[in-house]
Amino acid sequence: MTDISKIPHIDEIFNHGEYHGSEEKKRATFVERSASQNKIVPSLEDAIIKSGLKDGMTISFHHHFRNGDHVVNMVVDKLAEMGFKNLTLAASSLASIHSHLIEHIKNGVITHIETSGMRGELAEQVSRGLIDCPVVFRSHGGRASAILTGELHIDVAFLGAPSCDPYGNANGYSRDDDNGIACGSLGYARPDATFADTVIVITNHLVSYPNAPWAIQEYEVDYVVLTDDIGDPKGIMSGATRYTKDPKELLIAKTAANVIEAAGYLYDGFSMQMGSGGASLATARFLRKKMIDQGIHCRFALGGITGQIAAMHEEGLIDRILDVQSFDLDAALSLKNNHFHHQIGAIYYASHLSAAAVDQLDFVVLSALEIDTDFNINVLTGSDGVIRGAIGGHPDTAEGASLSVVVAPLTRGRIPTIVKHVNTIVTPGSVVDVVVTDRGIAVNPNRPDVKEKLVKAGLPVFTIEQLRERAEHLVGVPDPIKYKDRIVGVVMYRDNTIIDVIRQIDED
Amino acid sequence: MKLIKTSTAGTMESNDIMITLEPREEGGISIDLTSNVMQQFGRQIENVIRETLTKNGVENAAVIAVDKGALDCTICARCCTAIFRAAESDAYEWEVKQNVR
Amino acid sequence: MYVKDRLRRSMMFVPGNNPGMIRDAHIYGADSIMFDLEDSVAYSEKDSARFLVYNALKTLHFGTKETVVRINDLGSGLGIKDLEAVVRAGVQVVRLPKTDSAQDVIDCEREIERIEREAGIPVGSTGMMAAIESANGVLNAAEIAKASKRLIGVALGAEDYVTDLKTTRSDGIELLFARSMILNAARAAGIAALDTVYSDVNNEEGFVAEATLIKKLGFDGKSVINPRQIEPLHKVFMPAEKDLAKARAIMEAIAEANARGSGVASLKGKMIDKPVVTRAKRLLDLYEAGSKISEVEDD
Repeated sequence: MTDISKIPHIDEIFNHGEYHGSEEKKRATFVERSASQNKIVPSLEDAIIKSGLKDGMTISFHHHFRNGDHVVNMVVDKLAEMGFKNLTLAASSLASIHSHLIEHIKNGVITHIETSGMRGELAEQVSRGLIDCPVVFRSHGGRASAILTGELHIDVAFLGAPSCDPYGNANGYSRDDDNGIACGSLGYARPDATFADTVIVITNHLVSYPNAPWAIQEYEVDYVVLTDDIGDPKGIMSGATRYTKDPKELLIAKTAANVIEAAGYLYDGFSMQMGSGGASLATARFLRKKMIDQGIHCRFALGGITGQIAAMHEEGLIDRILDVQSFDLDAALSLKNNHFHHQIGAIYYASHLSAAAVDQLDFVVLSALEIDTDFNINVLTGSDGVIRGAIGGHPDTAEGASLSVVVAPLTRGRIPTIVKHVNTIVTPGSVVDVVVTDRGIAVNPNRPDVKEKLVKAGLPVFTIEQLRERAEHLVGVPDPIKYKDRIVGVVMYRDNTIIDVIRQIDED
Repeated sequence: MKLIKTSTAGTMESNDIMITLEPREEGGISIDLTSNVMQQFGRQIENVIRETLTKNGVENAAVIAVDKGALDCTICARCCTAIFRAAESDAYEWEVKQNVR
Repeated sequence: MYVKDRLRRSMMFVPGNNPGMIRDAHIYGADSIMFDLEDSVAYSEKDSARFLVYNALKTLHFGTKETVVRINDLGSGLGIKDLEAVVRAGVQVVRLPKTDSAQDVIDCEREIERIEREAGIPVGSTGMMAAIESANGVLNAAEIAKASKRLIGVALGAEDYVTDLKTTRSDGIELLFARSMILNAARAAGIAALDTVYSDVNNEEGFVAEATLIKKLGFDGKSVINPRQIEPLHKVFMPAEKDLAKARAIMEAIAEANARGSGVASLKGKMIDKPVVTRAKRLLDLYEAGSKISEVEDD
């Protein structure tokens, strides 16, 4: 070996000096090593200690276990027990089951929350001023971008996984036998796994290396905690999302399918996404019939995936599925069994910072709690001003898709859906193209091309103002919600600009 | 209209309202309303109940109303049913629909 | 005010004591909506359903849909009360149940006329239809159909009828006589013939088979009990393309003859008779109604 300083241009060639011997040769078998030399720590507490978590830091969670999640409550209970204070909890979303957090907000363990949404008692209390620092609500794409840029810096990610090997390869299902829990895609956990300083996988199902296919790869994972209970399978997912039988939702879905066809976005090789909600999911059923009748197929379906989309894939109507979140067990099974049902992460799905899958959508069908006469959409707060929903991918897909179709009944009971001003702007009217209700359609004035086609097809097109009047005529004008000045929530658009705020409701 | 007995009308189904009407000798009309749209429509629901009672000559009564998002026409219908049941009468004066013919 | 001659492919039953269903009844595309005060309402709730339908008719908008109320029969003592309410509330058509004879129609018309006079409503504003639900009614169908100029149609009520016949509903053979009688009675009187309900909502195939049969017989339409039955029913009534082409050619020939100032039109050398024109026009109307891809109405 020559003197390395003699190598020409050596100061331009990065190196660690001269070779000085290899690591000691391993002699144990792979199986022996897996058992003894791995990332498994004896307990959650050990993992927390090793992670170096300190007061004031940010912890993160995913919401793929939905209302069956036991990870958030378990971890935060442990952190409280260990005496941590002043933590930021950054979850991809929160559900009713997380009402447990109220206690830990009151005792100062959690002092700030970032999430896509909130429901139940926690949401009620946040709306009544539970936390001093406003909750930050981001879309799935906005959260992914914020993690990517470091605006949302995660110190320790606690990621529940239905399967994991001793080195941290983790997934939402297992090609080996499932251990009672399967959530399908772990798409929303992937930015956390990649960008968090420390990643702790919490699993109830340790499988042999390599746990392929994986959602989270071992080099991103620091510690693996094995525990009996990560969640309740019943709350994590139902067997199959059934098509609605509600005649009104079916009427809306049928009209939405007609709108998509008339607008020219149902052609051979199109792409689509169906948001959650009875009418939007049912739209797929009417599209399916049109696809069969016309002999066309869909190039890809994106997003939260249901068994119905998986079934259309299996019957050859959809070439590819890009799955960031599996909504039911049938979807999870399809992800496991179908080669072209592909798992994607939240950045790939919807980040505005790079070309994302949402940008390749022809159309998306989305639900809404409220729609105003400027086409702004609220999916976050109820008509009483209380937080009761989640942004999800609403603004990401509405902006990304060439045609965004928002479906909603004109009124829910006595509550009008179409109003002068939504309580909370989540998706701006500028990216909402068509509103479909059970009593008429409205097209955004900035899409005269679409309006012309719908009118030509004989669809019942009205102005959004006419729809609002129809709602008002039926149910009357609600008294305005009273708010206090205090801001309890900040709503971010997908580029993480502040699009609106949520104020404390005034019940005095 | 003289109320003779306590009556109820309506159901607890969505879009309906259940009205319980109790005769009183004095004290005017008291309304105990619960509604799933209380903030937005509570005031208006009470108004419709009060107007319907007054229009039918009921001056004293205790009303318990459980609303599940009923429209005004439903609230009015359920009130009338309760009133005429409480009065054990069916002498309602049906009115002609206006602006149609 | 009712319209005597209009499209009545589907007449949807709506339980009269259900505010949610009444509110949304007209959005599903049925040609007529029928609020029921009779069989779908428990005896103890007759008063509340009457108040509810009365208030709904007075305040809600049902677009261009025909509004019908099925009253209780006059013999029950409830029917009169129902009439007092719904005639004043401006219902377009009163459906009289259990019509056994022309006298039933005459009795009902007399009450309607009295109420119209008392209320200051122009006499003759309220239409009627008679439901025939017994062996007697079927045998009297011809007289029933001609018993009042207010009648827009006669309908078969099959559930009571098959009980009266000591049979049950099966493949439709049990109703063939009644359907034929009612259809002929309607046609002889120049009014609509409307078929009974098909109660197994989940059996679309059976429903379509029955709808196809009654359309072949000549019925104008059928009662439905669920919004899901409307679209398949309207599809059955959708004219075939070759019939449409012929109808269009006939109407063009007529238009051309009119343009020439000639009263006689001919197609392929054959003179076009009046019934042929009537039939062609009816077919094109049906097509137009069936082609609407959505049924949302102006309020």
